[in-house]
Amino acid sequence: MKKSFSYKLNIFLFLLPALILFIGVLIAPIFMSLGYSFTEWNGLKDPVFIGLENYQELFTSRSINIMRALKNSMLLAALSVFIQLTFALWLALKLGKKPVGERAYLSIFFMPVLISTVVIGQLWLKIYNPDYGVLNLALKSLGLESWTRIWLGDKKTVLWACFVPILWQYVGYHMLLMYAGIKGVPTELCEAGMLDGCTEGQLNRYIIIPYIKPILRVSVIFAVTGSLKSFDLIYVLTNGGPNHATEVPSTLMINLLFLRNRYGMGSTIAVMLIVLCFVFALLINLVFKEEK
Amino acid sequence: MNAQKKQNKAPKKGMLRKILVYAVLIIWAFVSLFPVYWMLTFSLKNNAEIFGENVIGLPKYWVWENYTRALNVGNMPRYFVNSIVVTVATILITLITSVMASYALTRLKWKGSKTMNKFFMLGLTIPIHASIVPLYTTLAKVSMLNTYWALIIPYSAFSLAMGILISIGFMSDIPYDLDEAAFLDGCGVWGIFMRVIVPLMTPAVATVGIYTFLQCWNELMFANVFISRDALKTLPVGIQSLSGQYTTEWGPIGAALSLATIPTLLVYVFLSKQIQDSFIAGAVKG
Repeated sequence: MKKSFSYKLNIFLFLLPALILFIGVLIAPIFMSLGYSFTEWNGLKDPVFIGLENYQELFTSRSINIMRALKNSMLLAALSVFIQLTFALWLALKLGKKPVGERAYLSIFFMPVLISTVVIGQLWLKIYNPDYGVLNLALKSLGLESWTRIWLGDKKTVLWACFVPILWQYVGYHMLLMYAGIKGVPTELCEAGMLDGCTEGQLNRYIIIPYIKPILRVSVIFAVTGSLKSFDLIYVLTNGGPNHATEVPSTLMINLLFLRNRYGMGSTIAVMLIVLCFVFALLINLVFKEEK
Repeated sequence: MNAQKKQNKAPKKGMLRKILVYAVLIIWAFVSLFPVYWMLTFSLKNNAEIFGENVIGLPKYWVWENYTRALNVGNMPRYFVNSIVVTVATILITLITSVMASYALTRLKWKGSKTMNKFFMLGLTIPIHASIVPLYTTLAKVSMLNTYWALIIPYSAFSLAMGILISIGFMSDIPYDLDEAAFLDGCGVWGIFMRVIVPLMTPAVATVGIYTFLQCWNELMFANVFISRDALKTLPVGIQSLSGQYTTEWGPIGAALSLATIPTLLVYVFLSKQIQDSFIAGAVKG
């Protein structure tokens, strides 16, 4: 029965709905985007093939200034890896030691991940509000009047002000992944370490962290590619402003596409982002392999 | 004497470190909760309290009127209904397609099943940026922008990989003896699927459903681009435009933000373990 034609047909029928969705919405568009990126196209007339001109313009145009956008997202990636992930790892290690209220902490720390970024963005807009925001009011009540700022209007502070909520929101996500990894460390390993007289720090450094390296790798990849792709919170907080100070590749892409109807150039940025995410994921994998 | 001193000192130092650790945990718990706490409290305050008299305390006068106003300004109830329609339809489509595909990938024997599984898992890493222009132009061509389908189809497709990943996990726990018994009773491939597998997939249904709910309920980029008619906007986009219009009325806006967040919080309170597990599953295999 197993080799019969109807058996094969059934396999195909079971896969069909998923395949249609998957190929139609995820796979085919990658190639379509690549094709569009070689064209000049405003969505009304037919696309005109212009070869690599979009790529050339993207990296040389001063009005698009992709380098600033990339610099911003790379800075975010660096902060994510070195500050957010380090803190998340610390939290996960401490929660792994079964403190009182372990579950409660875990659930509270993870909660911001689940809330809509629009809601979070709107709340932080209000936190940063120059007149009535909690941040400036708190500084005033502490007698630090001179520290108050128009956080999202000042070119010196706006980038940091945008990054804080992004880093804040996803600490819990990385913590959860690492915590799950730590819970998977065999207890014999830790017990053996304790018998050998390891301190808590040594236990973390020589047993737990090496053991959860695969998860750390995933976290680093998510943090870096997530920073490259970041859009929601920046869109809500500043939409790239003031004067393009907080522009990231995704905000540039959306504005080129839907404010200036440049579908070819928008696709070029999309392709660049996909390639960059892919390259960084490969590089991070390599780094983690080397260390083994 | 000296040794004794050392012994006394060590636990003391340990105590101090423990207290410090707890202090950081508690502070971070406050920092994690603060924006939501603040939102819920100012959604119940009047402007005098919000703008100076009582910025971070509990409301003195509970202004429930903010909530009735939030429901009356703009199209809030509409956004709510739209989000529910899109989310429920996406969950249904994701569940049906991913359970069917998982069945073919795990219970039916064929050569390419492993490769096909890997192919679907690519979906965990493909960014939505890749699809935005082609989807937009295609949807425009077939006049499907500004319809529910413009969101339901892409959302289902992007939830699919995760749906398959979770379903396969649950499905491989079902003993194969059941399939064989059903086969001997005269069930075909579809009979086994409908009578044996589907009834046993309820835990997977819950996990896939929750994960898909969270993705759809909060999604901004597609919703922002594919829907421009106010009557069809989902909550994230709707709230974003409302907040732009009523910048000085924090109370009602706070109420609108709370209304959009409360369903998520409720689900989280009752199903926190499942939610966390679904996020872990996606990362560990992806």
